[in-house]
Amino acid sequence: MSLDTTTVLAILAMAVVTYITRIAGLFVADRLVLTGRAKAAFDAIPPAVLVAVIAPTALTTGWAEALAAAITAVAAFRLPLLATVAVGVVSVVALRNLL
Amino acid sequence: MDRANPYSTSARREMRAGLRDIAPVMIAALPIGMLFGAIAASKGMSPAEVALMSALVFAGGAQFAAIETWVHPAPIAALAFATFLINARHVLMGASLSPKVRMSRVQKLIAFYFITDEAWALSERRALEQPVTGAYWAAMAAALWGNWTLSSTLGAVLGSLLGDPERLGADFAFTALFIGLIAGFGRSRVTLVTVAVSAGVAALVHHFIGAPWHVASGALAGIAAAYLAASDEVRP
Repeated sequence: MSLDTTTVLAILAMAVVTYITRIAGLFVADRLVLTGRAKAAFDAIPPAVLVAVIAPTALTTGWAEALAAAITAVAAFRLPLLATVAVGVVSVVALRNLL
Repeated sequence: MDRANPYSTSARREMRAGLRDIAPVMIAALPIGMLFGAIAASKGMSPAEVALMSALVFAGGAQFAAIETWVHPAPIAALAFATFLINARHVLMGASLSPKVRMSRVQKLIAFYFITDEAWALSERRALEQPVTGAYWAAMAAALWGNWTLSSTLGAVLGSLLGDPERLGADFAFTALFIGLIAGFGRSRVTLVTVAVSAGVAALVHHFIGAPWHVASGALAGIAAAYLAASDEVRP
């Protein structure tokens, strides 16, 4: 069990910054009363954020990943979450071997 | 155990619902956590340091980004800034979820320490039908936090024994998991426009500018697109 001082400080800095981002929304939400288009924009936050995180991997890594992402998306509307993940992993392995 | 107490019964039911919802995420996150630990160990981090980082930071995206560029000694300010850029999405997520959870302010300050993309997405989906209770959130948070900390530490200990993660497709599990979570938000016209714009902008920014800028820019573009697209069908 070894702990490097600089590494621990870096970890603590990352942890503090992350916690601040996690609770900052609490202080913003109280001032939000939304209707109409503003509400639609607010409701769009979850899918917009999730898509942005994975878009580079899904779209610009290669054909295997892009096709596997498309297959996974089709499966996602028909299968439970775990089966969707299984379809994604199996199809990316198969496509990487084929392409 | 007092089965007649309606509060404890409903709390237990909420916790069971939380565990049921988070179970597939835990299984998908297991190889991802081990992958993180193995990469971190290969960059010179000890298992104790990996355990500390996963327990305290508890944010997969930021941790992968940090370890991707890991040098010794660690550049503290650069790591903190990259972490902020990647996790800035938590601000939007917390603001969106806050009115939907049945908790006091102090409870929220503790509970939101455990915000993850997955627990948050599942809670948002549950909030479409019912309020998110403390018991539901606590069960998911504890399960996912324990899972992530243990699996990444295990990955650091086992290290190179795991072999090439790409061969097993484990690196794609994270992407597939997110696609499944996104599908949970339906396919209304506004949602489809949001997804398309966010994906396009994030991919372009990642390609031409680089990580981690793609997360904030893609998300903001998708949100703006939803604002514009909704104008046709939502009359305030």
